[in-house]
Amino acid sequence: MTKSGFANALAGAKDDLLFFAFFASFADNDFAETGFYRDTRPMSLLTQAETVALALSFKIALVGVFCSLPVAIGCAWLLARKRFFGKPLFEGLLLLPLILPPVVTGYILLIMFGHHGAIGRWLDAAGLSIAFRWTGAALAAAVMAFPLLVVALRNAFESVDRRLENAAATLGAGAWRIFFSVTLPLSLRGLVAGLALAFARAFGEFGATITFVSSIPGQTRTLPIALYELISTPGGEGGALRLALVAVIVALLAGLIAALMLLRGGERGAGAEA
Amino acid sequence: MIELDLALQRGEFSLELALQSSARALALFGPSGCGKTSTLLAIAGLLRPQRGRIAINDHVLFDSQAGVDVATARRDLGVVFQDARLFPHLTVRENLRYGMPRSAASQAYDDVVQLLQLAALLKRRPGQLSGGQIRRVAIGRALLRQPHALLLDEPLANLHREARVEVLEHLHGLKREFALTTILVSHQPDEVIALADQVARIEDGRLVALEDVETFQASAKPPDAPHLCAAG
Repeated sequence: MTKSGFANALAGAKDDLLFFAFFASFADNDFAETGFYRDTRPMSLLTQAETVALALSFKIALVGVFCSLPVAIGCAWLLARKRFFGKPLFEGLLLLPLILPPVVTGYILLIMFGHHGAIGRWLDAAGLSIAFRWTGAALAAAVMAFPLLVVALRNAFESVDRRLENAAATLGAGAWRIFFSVTLPLSLRGLVAGLALAFARAFGEFGATITFVSSIPGQTRTLPIALYELISTPGGEGGALRLALVAVIVALLAGLIAALMLLRGGERGAGAEA
Repeated sequence: MIELDLALQRGEFSLELALQSSARALALFGPSGCGKTSTLLAIAGLLRPQRGRIAINDHVLFDSQAGVDVATARRDLGVVFQDARLFPHLTVRENLRYGMPRSAASQAYDDVVQLLQLAALLKRRPGQLSGGQIRRVAIGRALLRQPHALLLDEPLANLHREARVEVLEHLHGLKREFALTTILVSHQPDEVIALADQVARIEDGRLVALEDVETFQASAKPPDAPHLCAAG
């Protein structure tokens, strides 16, 4: 009796999870050996390991958001401008990462992109493996941030006056030129707001990331994962507090940018109507 | 030569219009909601008729029988919308240049800027312009498309008296300088008398009469703003 492809992927995912447990055990050692919660540089605000986790989170969130941006723009434009069969289902699928428990999303990513996954196997063969690497964490961040980008961009595209796009068409502009010269520039506030929210979401990503790529120092141990591990480590309270503070500051800044963009856009829109 | 034969249904409103005109400036005149703007949008390619034929100066833009429906961007028409529709994020200069063909000589740009007296406005954005200035920029932008015909939708609507005179003077200048076929939509007799050579009266989506502007003027009520006729 032969296993189906899906059963193979599930079995593979189980192997991958064992691999994750193996790495997690290293991670515990790393805490003790690198002094994660022992401040080795008294003059700095964060320990070296905390700084590494913070820098990694920034890198992963930035790469994740910018990789998902072109796809999000395409999907948001389709939702805002086109009618097609199955549109509600398409929209529901796009929003799924926002609704699903993050651990489920991480597990699906593991099944697909793990060493034994349908896509992961192919990536491994091409030497482009992303499982248990920072690129995998960036993929998880991209997937989790994607719905926020789509929602923000869709609203922004819908708020652009279609009559301006029509005017551009009468001036000889084709669909691409209309999009890049009229629609996108007039959606800039929504785009920046969406990027800020998506970045905050990617920066704070935990469940899907730890399920998919585990916690490997310098590779996948992002700020939220480091924070979680500090909480469950005796004597880690100080570090946990510092990282929590950083997370709050990043989230507040992102929220502030988004609010400023959306607020000023709304004020301008109201003025235009008047 | 303007050839229109359209059948267009929008909700409960139906437009059935057929006319041929050799006038250089044809006005579509009628009350609000009679179908004149829908006709203009169909000519521009922004509304698709159910059937019919639209041809201007031997350019066939739409012919349902022959399966012709030229894309809006390739109709080579200059459209001046009632609400101007300048791009708010672009300067006046960028708005003017938006539709200019790459092959267009820079002299054409200079001529239009001079004719419409736009030199002092080039660095401003539409939000910093008056109503009359906005309308002048919209006219300039349409002209720089280098179209084979100009479509004007209520070009003097919602302008105060001084701005109406200002824009009208420029439209007269254009009529002199450019031998462009023009289709004008208006519900104001004085505007039609000042700008058109021939008038198509439209009511409830049907052509009621196609007459010379002199005949139209004789039958029109006294205009609300006599100074516009004087400017013509």
